[in-house]
Amino acid sequence: MPAELATELVASHTRELAAPGLLRGALLIARKDLLIELRTRSAIFSALAFSVLALAAFFFAWDPTAVGPADLAPGVIWVIFTFSGMLGLQRSFGGEQPTRTIDALIAAPVERESIFLGKMLANLAFVALVQAVTLPAAALLYNVSFLSIAAPLAGIVLAAAIGLVAVGTLFAAMAVNTRLAELLLPLLSLPFFVPIVICAAQATAKLLAGRPLADAADFVRLLVVFDVVAVVLGTLVYPSLIEQ
Amino acid sequence: MKLSKLAIVAIAAVVAVYVRAIYFTPIEALQGAAQKILYVHAPAAWVAFLAFGLVAVTSGLYLWLRDPKLDYIAESSAEVGLLFTTVVLLTGPLWAKPIWGAYWTWDARLTFTLILWFVYVGYLVLRGAIDDRDMRARYSAVLGILGAALVPFIHLSVYMFRTLHPQPVLIKPSAPSMPPVMVTTLVSAFGAFTLLYVWLLRERYAYAIERDAARQRLGMEGEV
Repeated sequence: MPAELATELVASHTRELAAPGLLRGALLIARKDLLIELRTRSAIFSALAFSVLALAAFFFAWDPTAVGPADLAPGVIWVIFTFSGMLGLQRSFGGEQPTRTIDALIAAPVERESIFLGKMLANLAFVALVQAVTLPAAALLYNVSFLSIAAPLAGIVLAAAIGLVAVGTLFAAMAVNTRLAELLLPLLSLPFFVPIVICAAQATAKLLAGRPLADAADFVRLLVVFDVVAVVLGTLVYPSLIEQ
Repeated sequence: MKLSKLAIVAIAAVVAVYVRAIYFTPIEALQGAAQKILYVHAPAAWVAFLAFGLVAVTSGLYLWLRDPKLDYIAESSAEVGLLFTTVVLLTGPLWAKPIWGAYWTWDARLTFTLILWFVYVGYLVLRGAIDDRDMRARYSAVLGILGAALVPFIHLSVYMFRTLHPQPVLIKPSAPSMPPVMVTTLVSAFGAFTLLYVWLLRERYAYAIERDAARQRLGMEGEV
């Protein structure tokens, strides 16, 4: 029971410390979310299955004689990451709706900013796991090798994932309280994912084409700035979403 | 419906500008009659950005001052801005087909405008999906601020591709690349559209206030 778990977690914590700091509070909340996901494994399996199925679906949507797999792969994996990320984001707040866990979290002696950061960290772990499985699957199914570009690619993937979850977590928190609930999440977040997808897919394509790292640098720089703005702004505005 | 003085002035200005644009402004040598769509397209784009700018400012102020009036201004400006962005997105392809040979290209400015259009569609859908007035105001203020923060990122990311779009003809470091007679028409179109925007904004604002007052009277408002 997520609500009970949250209260218990926080209650046990308040016995040792009055209020955890911003980061410690965030880590506690992230741990709670990941623990629930680990025990139920509901969203992660559907996100993983979705990713691999989408890889197959995309492959047959193209004519492999006209477009080479190496040209196809960057676009495909970034579209998949965006949509599979959305599955995790919906669960982040939507899964807690029936038990009103958010009320327990608001009542708990943690900073409201910690709630956002904690949710964000849990989502980041979720998205990173999906990416860690999808990338090798894409390499296998599309017969492209990411090994030579593994390190810079991991950097791009992480940078994109941070921006994705920062924006997505905030919108998930908003969407869950509206009449449209999870239907609203893609409509709100996809326009915000556009710069991330453009930068990440372009940078990935440049690396896959064997171009020097400097060619991808502008896109990566923009991604990093996006991350910083999204995380800072998200943390600042989140408390105004949960005023009661 | 009784028209306000502002409405009459705004409508008269728009009519005057188009009489001038159609009958008294020369046809452009290279683009022919298609160029005249500029007198709708550019001023509409100007008003769209003005409107979304106002959404961002009033959203930020709302989170600070919590004055419901600011929220109503943001709501009204977003809707009027979306209308003008739609005009931009419709008139652009009409011009592009004869000049570029295609209605749509994934050129930087086109992509930019389309994404912005989606952001404000999302903004209005979000508003429609929340019944509680206070919550609606807070949520949409957050989205209004994020939307403004997104602008430079879409701008930069889409400009990293080459752009086909004509460069500004009026506001640029060198002299306007248009004969004075066209410049006058274009500048008056900007003025007329701004008046049109202010009028529509005020009408929409009055509607928003009446709507919520009526809802409250009927007890349709979900209070927390």
